[in-house]
Amino acid sequence: MEIVAQPHGKNLKAFGERRPDVLVLSADLTSSCEADYFKGTFPERFISCGIAEQNMVSIAGGLAREGFIPLVHTFAVFIYRRALDQIAMSVAYPNLPVKLLGFLPGVTTPGGATHQAIDDVAVMRALPNMTVLEVGDATEVETVLDLACEVPGPVYVRMLRGEVPRLFDRAEPMRLDTPRVLATGSDLLIVSAGICTEEALRAIAVLTARGVSVAHVHVSTYKPFANPAVPALLAQPKYGIISVENHTTVGGLGTVLAEMMVRHRIARPLVTLGLADTFAHGASRRFLMREHGLDAQAITVAAEQLIGTKLGWVDSDFSAVRIDAVHSSAKAEAM
Amino acid sequence: MSAAFNAPGASSAAPSRAHAIAAGIRRRVLDHTLRNQGGYLSQACSSAEILGVLYGGAMNLGAVKQPLLPRPFAGVPSATNRGYSYGYHFNGPHGRIYDRFILSPTHYSLPLYAALIEAGRMDPAGLEAFNRDGSSLEMIGAEHSPGMELMTGSLGQGLSQGIGVALARRMKGEPGRIWIFMSDGEFQIGMVWEAFEFMNHHKVDNIKIVVDINGQQCDGAVLSVMRLGGLSEKLTAFGAAVRSVDGHDIEALSLAFAAPHKDQPLVVLASTDPCREISELRLNGGKLHYIRIKNQVEAARYQAILDGMEAARG
Repeated sequence: MEIVAQPHGKNLKAFGERRPDVLVLSADLTSSCEADYFKGTFPERFISCGIAEQNMVSIAGGLAREGFIPLVHTFAVFIYRRALDQIAMSVAYPNLPVKLLGFLPGVTTPGGATHQAIDDVAVMRALPNMTVLEVGDATEVETVLDLACEVPGPVYVRMLRGEVPRLFDRAEPMRLDTPRVLATGSDLLIVSAGICTEEALRAIAVLTARGVSVAHVHVSTYKPFANPAVPALLAQPKYGIISVENHTTVGGLGTVLAEMMVRHRIARPLVTLGLADTFAHGASRRFLMREHGLDAQAITVAAEQLIGTKLGWVDSDFSAVRIDAVHSSAKAEAM
Repeated sequence: MSAAFNAPGASSAAPSRAHAIAAGIRRRVLDHTLRNQGGYLSQACSSAEILGVLYGGAMNLGAVKQPLLPRPFAGVPSATNRGYSYGYHFNGPHGRIYDRFILSPTHYSLPLYAALIEAGRMDPAGLEAFNRDGSSLEMIGAEHSPGMELMTGSLGQGLSQGIGVALARRMKGEPGRIWIFMSDGEFQIGMVWEAFEFMNHHKVDNIKIVVDINGQQCDGAVLSVMRLGGLSEKLTAFGAAVRSVDGHDIEALSLAFAAPHKDQPLVVLASTDPCREISELRLNGGKLHYIRIKNQVEAARYQAILDGMEAARG
């Protein structure tokens, strides 16, 4: 598996070269959000806002009204928790092209409850006019800015930083409301997002080796969530559906699936894995994913429960899985 | 990088025009309050001269061809609503040289609508739609309401949005300035001080702020709710050019608006009387945020004041 170092930082600089209308705003977390390359290259288009997110978000709204595309950089928690009224009234109500890049989603930070954005998808999805995205690998990090700027209105992105695995072929950019179908199968459907997709890939390798037929869909757009190919995927699995997300089980991936299933009268069992309506604490990503049941083992246990059979595995089965960048096995619209 | 255009006299308003607008604001808002048994009357009393000077010539606004009749509310902004109507049209066309006006506390919407009528920018008939269902003249205005540049009314957000507009216009080399009307109560909000820190650091000088220091907020007197303490000193320490004036003195306001403020924002602290020229309000027990006319006796007293205003108008 290829690991890409600081894909956003490099891509942001390249994006800035292509897009002179783009500005970067930062609230004292510039290198922490990999915006320092951009700052060094385009100092006149970098706006330091200090530790003042409410002011930053409303300023971004004003800049967007005058034709600029502000890319707001800070940790995800500090965007949606500290500045929600400003997001709603200075950005979302007027439907302005402000792109809010929220770093360190969920348990990707050891910074504890103060730094962990665990309910941001639920909160941002509830805002009218807001598009909500999450990247799951380096290819998505490298293509999300193009996608976000194609959307004419405001966009919130759960971003990844640092060492990011490449799970998806570089030739397959992130697209709006277009889930990636990574595997087809008839027993189970696993729907994953963000950092949980790598976990799902490991779980599926173990499940498949034991004769379970598993379909896998990776979701990177929470809103809009209306791709007409998805209901058919949700209706297919014999035993049911497992969703897994780096977020609470309230209002995120599991919820968007449940809403779609109700709208389309799809009656299948749905197991939603995620933080079970709880805050987390400061610890490593690996520890927290195990503790809160977001990892390959938790997905495998959920699969065993749905199909009613113990499959016999040990932890080392998952770490032994080799993961290569995958092509979508089929285009969602072709399913 | 400087975008100050503070030529001496650039902000001076024609005094008689400012007086006429101010008198008209009080008269129209009192009339409206009487006919609706309630209204934001004290805001008209405190802000009449400020709005009179701004619309009387201090702001460099583009002309409107004729007084505009407000359109009905046409839905909220969205990806699919192409019919959304913006309130800024009442302040003339956007253009490089033109100023912008941002009303931050939109509880002053009624005085603003009255000011637009007095300045020949809104058809007087438009005021009949105030606070009617389906109208764009909302009680606490939104960005579709006449004279509203952008979405304010959640207190404290007008200034920061204005800074965004000001930065963008500076980057584009536009000489037009951004005028922001604020209320004293807004200086209790943390975000407002974030905005002043930002303007200081980034030398934002194409913004002119006027603060209606009427000493009133929803719960009552500012002094009883959360005192501001040394606002002028605090703002000076935050890097603003500060002028303190009598907010009913048209000449003093005009001079203050023309004060130089290179590399810093201008703040004009306008001390005002929320009962100015409608002394009946002093009997309201200090409850001035929203005036309810409770009975026929009160109504008759307010009517007498209105009759006096009409007579003075001649």
